[in-house]
Amino acid sequence: MKELYSHHEIQQRAILIRRHVVKMAFEGKTSHVGSSLSCVDLLSALYFRIMTIDPQNWNEANVDRFILSKGHGVMAWFATLAERGFFSTETLKEYAQDGGRLAEHPSHGLLPGIKVSTGSLGHGLSVGLGMALAKKMDQSPSRIFVLLSDGECNEGSVWEAAMYATHHKLDNLIALIDYNKIQAMGRSNEVNALEPLRDKWRAFGWAVEEINGHNLDEILKSLEHLPFQSGKPSIVVAHTVLGKGVSFMEDDLLWHYQVPSEIQVKQALEELKSP
Amino acid sequence: MRNAFIQKLMELAEHERDLILLTGDLGFKVLDKFRDKYPKRFFNIGVAEANMASIAAGLALEGKRPFMYSIATFATMRCYEQIRNDICFHKANVKIVSVGGGYSYGPNGPSHHALTDIAIMRALPEMTVISPGDPIEAACATQAAYHYPGPVYIRLGRSNEPVIHPKDLKFEVGKGIIVQEGEDIALISTGNMLETVVSVSKSLSSLGLSVRVVSLHTVKPLDEQLLKDCFTNFPAIFTIEEHSIIGGLGSALLEFAVQNDFNHSKLKCIAVPDHTIHETGSHDYLKKICGLSPEQIVERIQKTMKELHLC
Repeated sequence: MKELYSHHEIQQRAILIRRHVVKMAFEGKTSHVGSSLSCVDLLSALYFRIMTIDPQNWNEANVDRFILSKGHGVMAWFATLAERGFFSTETLKEYAQDGGRLAEHPSHGLLPGIKVSTGSLGHGLSVGLGMALAKKMDQSPSRIFVLLSDGECNEGSVWEAAMYATHHKLDNLIALIDYNKIQAMGRSNEVNALEPLRDKWRAFGWAVEEINGHNLDEILKSLEHLPFQSGKPSIVVAHTVLGKGVSFMEDDLLWHYQVPSEIQVKQALEELKSP
Repeated sequence: MRNAFIQKLMELAEHERDLILLTGDLGFKVLDKFRDKYPKRFFNIGVAEANMASIAAGLALEGKRPFMYSIATFATMRCYEQIRNDICFHKANVKIVSVGGGYSYGPNGPSHHALTDIAIMRALPEMTVISPGDPIEAACATQAAYHYPGPVYIRLGRSNEPVIHPKDLKFEVGKGIIVQEGEDIALISTGNMLETVVSVSKSLSSLGLSVRVVSLHTVKPLDEQLLKDCFTNFPAIFTIEEHSIIGGLGSALLEFAVQNDFNHSKLKCIAVPDHTIHETGSHDYLKKICGLSPEQIVERIQKTMKELHLC
């Protein structure tokens, strides 16, 4: 079930995923290209190394689960699923097209690998918590991974889940925060008092690791010893950059919204090449 | 009704190992026996209804069959988006059981008055809405909901509702119960108004009217066969409910009549006006303010019947 992908292969896949993302945003004429690019390295590490998955039996009781709680990062997830063989890369052309199976936020039941529909922030961690409880009851080895955005931590329900996951010692629940420092109206820490984020999660009883969310070595080093602490839910606060990988998109709020032009796509693809 | 619910849930839990009970920190004494007997299948989520609804969805997505319990206002409005996105979108096998339908929590004030829950719950795709009329119906609804696929909302009253039905009641989701047969008018009740409606029918009978009394516990999906029969064979139909005039049973029947080309002018809706009561008062006191006491309802029906030249 678990194929071993080398560091190099994972990095190659991350480049391919980023290329898909840029093309999807252009073809689909959608926003959120920056929010997708910031979580690509986390997703490729999860899908090509960390998670126990089986694209052919993705919903089997004992494989790991993934919820994209930051549903607007969906281009990166679709592209990762396609690269990992859940469906063909050809399918990505359906993104944001009439009658397509790939919407601008994940919708379950249309394609393999997508179990939970999201789009409204602050839902995924609680749903994941429920799944983690069920897995504990069934004594299943399946773990639940939930990817959140930093802005999403404004939602009160995130903290309701944070408290209750600790209460039940759910060490099969793993949250990752794509901390790209930008939310819809500005810098996350200028919109709301997010910091000290690591301390907040620690105070809620989570085992926290803070990493560079684009450094594969750091990501793998962290996620390869889950749970971080037995009897505690784990969280990775991953420092990332909005629009990572495309120089003119990096750390610019504009790319939470803007659709790349043909010239910009060309330039982006020029930059996104194998090292 | 809540005791009948928990009693039935205890019975079900004995054999149904996937049955789980969640509460939003409500049900002191009521849920204790379930917690004591099935501690591993009981979760007090705390005062966090949004979390509870999403957790219920997550449990259901992994094959469990959770019931989530709270006061009707909190169980529906605080977590409405979670119910829609996490439960209904996924057709998750979650049963939402609420207590305190209508003015059941009278003196607790308007924060605890559930007057729009039927409206908002029945507006959700995939959601089944059941509003039992007495403890027997409440027990039957609990059992039926467990076996009924997908999301179900059960709106209970509180406690001390009288038993109206025989113990061997035949209950089916989506099938109204004819409590009493008659010919002149049909009174269609949902939820905890049943006791009042039975009392109203007695008064009307003593005034010489032949009254059909229906307990329409399932507001969605509607019992179309029974409603067709009512619209075809009765000159006047009254819906009676402890819920806002907007969006509840009356609205559901109007929609049905209009969509099916029945004469909707023979339908009159007796419900809570579109208002908020800020003054304090008992359940009965508040119902009286809304014109929902048995005497007021009898008077209103008589007046309508005269206007329609039916008596």
